[in-house]
Amino acid sequence: MKRKVLSMVMASAMALSLVACGGGAKQEAPAESAATETPAAEETTTEEPAAEETTTEEPAAEETTAASGDLIKVGIINNDPNESGYRTANDADLKAMFNEANGYDAKFAYSLKNDEQITAAQGFIQDEVDYLLLSAADTAGWDSVLQDAQAAGVKVILFDRTIDADPSLYEASIVSDMAKEGEMAVEWLAGQGLDEYNIIHIQGVMGSAAQQGRSGALSDKVDAEASWNLVTQQTAEWNAEKAQQIVQSVIDAGTPFNVIYAENDDMAKGAVAALDAAGISHGVGKDVIVMGYDCNKWALEELLAQNWNYDGQCNPFQASYIDEIIKTLESGGTLSEKTIIMDEKGFDATTITQDDVDKYGI
Amino acid sequence: MSKTANKDESFFKKLVGNQLFIPILALLLLAVINLINDPGFFKITLGTNNAGNPVLSGYLVTILDYGSELGILAIGMTLVTAASGGQDISVGATIAIAGSAMLRVLCGGTSRPTELAAPIIVAFLVACVVGMLCGAFNGMLVAVFKIQPMIATLILFTAGRSIAAWINNNELPIVPDPKFAYFGSFIPGIPVPTTVFIVIACIIVIALVLKFTNLGLYTQAVGINENSSRLNGINPTFIKFLSFVILGLCVAVAALIKVSRLSTINYSVIAKDIEMDAILAVALGGNALSGGKFNMWASILGAYVIQFLTTTLYKFNVQSDALAAYKAVVVIVLVVFSAPTVRDYMKQLTKKVAPAKKEVA
Repeated sequence: MKRKVLSMVMASAMALSLVACGGGAKQEAPAESAATETPAAEETTTEEPAAEETTTEEPAAEETTAASGDLIKVGIINNDPNESGYRTANDADLKAMFNEANGYDAKFAYSLKNDEQITAAQGFIQDEVDYLLLSAADTAGWDSVLQDAQAAGVKVILFDRTIDADPSLYEASIVSDMAKEGEMAVEWLAGQGLDEYNIIHIQGVMGSAAQQGRSGALSDKVDAEASWNLVTQQTAEWNAEKAQQIVQSVIDAGTPFNVIYAENDDMAKGAVAALDAAGISHGVGKDVIVMGYDCNKWALEELLAQNWNYDGQCNPFQASYIDEIIKTLESGGTLSEKTIIMDEKGFDATTITQDDVDKYGI
Repeated sequence: MSKTANKDESFFKKLVGNQLFIPILALLLLAVINLINDPGFFKITLGTNNAGNPVLSGYLVTILDYGSELGILAIGMTLVTAASGGQDISVGATIAIAGSAMLRVLCGGTSRPTELAAPIIVAFLVACVVGMLCGAFNGMLVAVFKIQPMIATLILFTAGRSIAAWINNNELPIVPDPKFAYFGSFIPGIPVPTTVFIVIACIIVIALVLKFTNLGLYTQAVGINENSSRLNGINPTFIKFLSFVILGLCVAVAALIKVSRLSTINYSVIAKDIEMDAILAVALGGNALSGGKFNMWASILGAYVIQFLTTTLYKFNVQSDALAAYKAVVVIVLVVFSAPTVRDYMKQLTKKVAPAKKEVA
């Protein structure tokens, strides 16, 4: 019996430490957690500060407000950087900006779950951070914790994602206009002047802001124009393999199509794999137009090689905007607008240059 | 109908009693539905792909191609189920880990290499070792520490994708060599998908193992009664451990196909929910999920039935996020039919209406 209990305890300890290193909230409170974790976990956490030093995305131009000993304390709550290339770039950008060299004492918490994010937010409020930067996993449920923040004098700045809460509860929100991204892409597609648009529409996870914005513009256009048809409209949940199967199914059915409208690069890549296997040509001046989103570097290279036709940007580089807002607030200024929409571009394979790939690729 | 009712009954009993009955029935059912809906479903055409090589295409080829990973996983999952009486729910995450290790070796840690950093075979062997280590970890928790398989594998299920991302420093490298893509698509000059050959190779290997070793017998013995098998000189701990390691090897092969399909993977979504399909394949094969006797071929057939179902649903333009609901219906039907009370009832019903057996079938 004793042995059994002991083994259970050992196993569950192993389980817990591994789980802690894995999916859940990775709170990077340097002092407390490090000692108790397994070697694997240690390496994961040590790798993160290393990433801070080595990220070259943002040139280290902002060395201005260093020193003076008075660091601005920020707590940053983000989604898991493994979620996508977008998130990885977003996290790297934030880490490059919010460090001691730039005058910040930053703590990071990651989770894809709203309740874990809220717990992390409460922790940061108790820690008396000056600013709480938040990319919420879910739009609902933030009111009470943001009221606590306000009561404690913590200023809240939303980035990347909006929430359903009273705007008075946060200072600013820096977001991408997904609907505008969709409109730009559809406008570009309309400009291609095809006689007939037979579109395979591959959607992201249903209900996400990116999916709604990017689907909305296309659906409106298809409803409005007689020559625009959806061959199929399916969600591949940001998953390349699923996209491949969806397109494969249309090919097997023998239904003609000439546009692939995928709501991110991964899914476009999966779709193209199916086209390649079936011997259907794609790209500039070919049978099928391929459209993607997010501007991954490899995707822009496909554009450069004219294998794809269009890629819409979803700007992950919010750190400089946030930095500017904090500087304004610290110097006693007021913000001219609450919601700041970032500049975003759409790239056309016929005009894209190597410079664009290097500059905008994530 | 020249046969006597008695003979008919025994034939019918034999037919229904055979484990392959359920998957074959499901396969026939799906085939008939598709035949009625659109005979073109079974058309196979020879075309060329964008690299200019001859390829076969059509729904049937698609099923054989995309069902490959599941078929391979079903082999390992059957053994795990039979030996431990539980299931491994971490196979999707382990595919991410093995695939990530493979990418790391092939690309040498850079995200956009121009040439392979190591031969493909080395990368594959590393992936095999990684897959087997993950299997060994699960196996140790289950066999030595006697943790319920689903709880033990929950660990890697939760942590696996983060570990996979960590192996490659959160980057998503792309394998530059077009030869690597052969495993997930076509070898030039051969119009049959390579994945089909990989599955056949796996089936041959496991068939030889089951024929020439006592693995099958021992696994069933441990699954049926651990104590009595120990008294008969079998080491249940080792057999359980071994089944998880074999599953780890299957995972590595599946990872090779997955990585090869697109020359890269996305850790957070690669092989998502594949563990549920693999377990469903075992169940569809008529194997008791509580362990014991198993039929490997029924499980593999079950895997292709699932892919057949998936492809059919895609053909009917069912929303892909609703696919899981349809699979759930299949699971419910299976579970109900394998419940003892329903079985007894069916037996009685069979006896009563033996001459009119067509209706029951």
